[in-house]
Amino acid sequence: MTEPIARPPKKDPQKVTRPPELPPVQRSRAALAMSAAAARGVFALQKCAACGEIAYPPRDACPKCLSQQLAFEPGADGGEVIAETTIRTSTDLYFRQRMPWRIGTVRLDCGPSVVAHLHGDVTLPSRVRMISKLDKSGNAVLMALPERETENMADDPELRELTASPKFRRVLVTDGRSAVGQAAAAALSKAGASIIFVGIAEPWKPYPGQERLAAIPNVQIMELDLTDTISVRELSGEIGGKTDIIVNTADHVRPGGLLAQGNLVTARDSFDVNVFGLQRLAQAFGPGMRARGADGTNSAAAFVDILPVHALANTPDFGFYSASAAARHSLLQCLRAELRPGGVRVMSVFTGPVEDDWRQHVPPPKVSPGKIAEAVIAALSGGIEESFVGDVARDVAARFLDNPKVLERELGL
Amino acid sequence: MDMADKDATGLLAALATGIRSGGVEAVDLTHTLSPDFPVMVLPPELGQCQPFRIEEVSRYDDRGPGWYWNNISMSEHAGTHFDAPAHWISGRNLPRGTVDELPFEKLIAPAVVLDFSAESRADEDFLLTRGHIEAWEAENGRIEPGCWALFRTDWSKHLGTAKYLNLREDGAHSPGPDASAMEFLVKERDIIGFGTETIGTDCGQGNHMSPPYPAHFILHGNGRYGLQCLAALDRLPARGAIVFAAPLKILHGSGSPLRVFALVPAGTGKE
Amino acid sequence: MAGSGNPRRGYHDVAVAVPVTVPYERYSIQPAHWWIARALKDLTERAGIRPTDLDGLSVSSFTLVPDTAVGLTQHLGLTPRWLDNIPMGGASAVVALRRAARAVEAGDASIVACVGGDANHVDSVRKLLSSFSRFAQDASYPYGYGGPNGSFALLTDHYMRIYGATREDFGKICVAQRANALTYPHAIMKTPLTLEAYLSAREIADPIHLFDCVMPCAGAEAFLVTTADIAKDLGLPHARLLSTIERHNAFPDDPIQMRGGWAMDIDELYAIAGASPDAIDVLETYDDYPVIVMMQFEDLGFCKKGEGPDFVRSHDLTSSGSFPQNTSGGQLSAGQAGAAGGYLGMVEALRQITGQSLSQSVKGARTALVSGFGMINYDRGLCSGAAILQGGGA
Repeated sequence: MTEPIARPPKKDPQKVTRPPELPPVQRSRAALAMSAAAARGVFALQKCAACGEIAYPPRDACPKCLSQQLAFEPGADGGEVIAETTIRTSTDLYFRQRMPWRIGTVRLDCGPSVVAHLHGDVTLPSRVRMISKLDKSGNAVLMALPERETENMADDPELRELTASPKFRRVLVTDGRSAVGQAAAAALSKAGASIIFVGIAEPWKPYPGQERLAAIPNVQIMELDLTDTISVRELSGEIGGKTDIIVNTADHVRPGGLLAQGNLVTARDSFDVNVFGLQRLAQAFGPGMRARGADGTNSAAAFVDILPVHALANTPDFGFYSASAAARHSLLQCLRAELRPGGVRVMSVFTGPVEDDWRQHVPPPKVSPGKIAEAVIAALSGGIEESFVGDVARDVAARFLDNPKVLERELGL
Repeated sequence: MDMADKDATGLLAALATGIRSGGVEAVDLTHTLSPDFPVMVLPPELGQCQPFRIEEVSRYDDRGPGWYWNNISMSEHAGTHFDAPAHWISGRNLPRGTVDELPFEKLIAPAVVLDFSAESRADEDFLLTRGHIEAWEAENGRIEPGCWALFRTDWSKHLGTAKYLNLREDGAHSPGPDASAMEFLVKERDIIGFGTETIGTDCGQGNHMSPPYPAHFILHGNGRYGLQCLAALDRLPARGAIVFAAPLKILHGSGSPLRVFALVPAGTGKE
Repeated sequence: MAGSGNPRRGYHDVAVAVPVTVPYERYSIQPAHWWIARALKDLTERAGIRPTDLDGLSVSSFTLVPDTAVGLTQHLGLTPRWLDNIPMGGASAVVALRRAARAVEAGDASIVACVGGDANHVDSVRKLLSSFSRFAQDASYPYGYGGPNGSFALLTDHYMRIYGATREDFGKICVAQRANALTYPHAIMKTPLTLEAYLSAREIADPIHLFDCVMPCAGAEAFLVTTADIAKDLGLPHARLLSTIERHNAFPDDPIQMRGGWAMDIDELYAIAGASPDAIDVLETYDDYPVIVMMQFEDLGFCKKGEGPDFVRSHDLTSSGSFPQNTSGGQLSAGQAGAAGGYLGMVEALRQITGQSLSQSVKGARTALVSGFGMINYDRGLCSGAAILQGGGA
């Protein structure tokens, strides 16, 4: 069983904050494709379309038949660990900060042997279950877990490096007025976050669920208006030094396409919340988080944004909203690269249409705020960079991966 | 130079002397424009009033080493602001109904201050009626044509708290005039405009009155002006102040934030 | 079967001479060019030739970047008609020798200088590792970044589990090599090593401890390959090349490395040499970690697979012992000067069998087997080679 992590003590003001270092960043292009799969939480290896050989490490030709038709496919994740070592000295700055570090050689059921991180509860020899996760450099790494769940398994220090677990972390939920924000706050509280700061814009306006929100354990209501640069700066001045995770639940949604919605004011409002709001948040909190990426148990860990899946392709009945989502998606890609030096993950939780007042005319299936909150916890706990919540989000994502231009046509019908 | 010119010159000189000596006091009736200043709340599917926003352009830094300045944006109806006749449907066809065209010289005018702060304290939905104004006149004298009628409720003291908008599920709750008061002030007293300390010239529940939003409807339908979110009305005398209320000259503008102030004889303002 | 239609042929009149070692330094500010030039200078002076008499050059170095052997020719003023660059780390000397031998036999070159040398600056190891190979970059370094220590720790752990080798067995190899090193003036390690000290040394990557690891340093090694006639004309003591093998990426389906490429080719090595393991007087193995030494005892035919631990237990591995091995201390005690580490055994063997020993001579040593192994591309060493040389030429 894993030693459960202890609630971190208050920060010693005399100690230098451990600077964030990254594990090795460079990868071949083939290896980046494995990272792309891991970004969605998928354990995938290259499979030769010609002879069926599973190849690892990632490469450009099949080692059995030299075919170049190698595609990453979700693979059988079973294996047997046949050798282990605990590395106690390394020239790499990231690992030096985290010694000792246990790794092993795992003979995969599907063929190749791999060097992998070893969960502390894996004994030798034994059967293991492989996962492929992004490390702090944003690249896929393999880790061998015990075949069966063990106690406090998520607290394993090597595994925790691959996730952004909310346990004992301090989280900012940016918009507590929305049902999604309230569900996220409740889920984070349940998942062991030590504080959940919940942003409320224009506090003079009452909102449904206000009392219930305030009653959630460890919730602190904070004034925050993402459309107001000063408000965001003021909050970051107050809590920026101890915000480990941001969950951006703010979303300005209005129906209407480009022509029907002749109203630039509404379009601007959408961008002000969805795009510039994200920007204000990132600019105010990002640098501080990036500097605190290795600050102990409650280091800065993740910036989660909940955005509509129509960021990937425009749905004309919500034309401007989709456009703001696309801009948001693009900014997240930028932010991902910018926060990476601190080992802070940027996670996109793509949703289908949410069950709310603005989408009463949208036919089901729709996503409940509770499901979105679950996905946020799953993304944080699983270190998943891109997740898709709800049938519509998964459907749009699948079509997008298949052919973005066809998807454009389908959504435009 | 004829006599009238000489008189005017003397008048202005005397005013300047008065201001310099402190005999004439300038009272700022304006709140600070800040991003957290509330704006009118309307159902979300309607067009929304943008609150005041400010973005720093440079501050003696790499964006501009020797200077500091900001870009600002807001609704015409944010902060302490002025409503022109064109703001309301009832005033849409009036000539010179927008802020760029209106006769701004008329906006420098004497003010009467209708102090109903005690009533407003007692009743958040206090409605100012013709009867109230007549009673006020009985005590303070008749309201003269062309002056500003400023409705003192001390509501500005709630700014920064939820009480300022005082929103509940059935909407906002704050004092304002009813139609009889507005008809009386506009038609029988010929005021230039009506000013309040609340977010609008109408009461919080103005939408449920007849006509809806009677202050807006009657004022603007008759080419009169509104001043909202005023501050420091408690520092003005019931009579004797002159209000300067010139909005920004916005092309076809329906209103604008403004720096509104009053000149009063020193010592006459209430505390 | 690869090679069966065109079997290896033996060597005729290939002479290997002038073993040169540029004494190692733990850290040096000098670049690889300096070390290689120094080795070539010693080589030509001791051979009694001018640098321009070298018409063949084979270079191995990790730290010559951005140069290769090509840039060195201009840098050093050489005009060879045959040039080789061998990027095979620990297998470099064996492979350089085989290539040079064929060049000399074919008349493509008359006198080939084979040289391995590397710089070692304070941050060299870190920089070298970070750009070593694509598979290491993608699939090995992101896992604790133990470098070769990590990879060999896994191989050692597995070998110990399967064949029952103990740390004492590996310790015996290291202790014996240290004893040999104490007789070799250029060894970096100058103090005796006891088994107790070996066992209690700090852990590096379990089960690898400090004395299982080589000491990276700067240095160079070199030798000449020419014809027997030229060697005689120059009056150079030399050895005859009897046989060589080379193999890359052997046994790719082994789940973890338990044998090197030697196991594919060893029978031919002995057959061409007309010798058997019994005929080997001196063995110089590639020894970046003791586990690979043990595997070479097996794969080179001195014992069967899995009998390595017993073989070690039943032999004295010092120069005066029953099985003289790594007589200058090997890299474990002499130091690892980058690609020169692949030359260390070759140069030492040449000294031992040509009567030029700097370390304690192995009595009556005439035939030597030199083994090379290199390049942990991902999880295992890919290059292996071996050569049998016989002394007695003068």
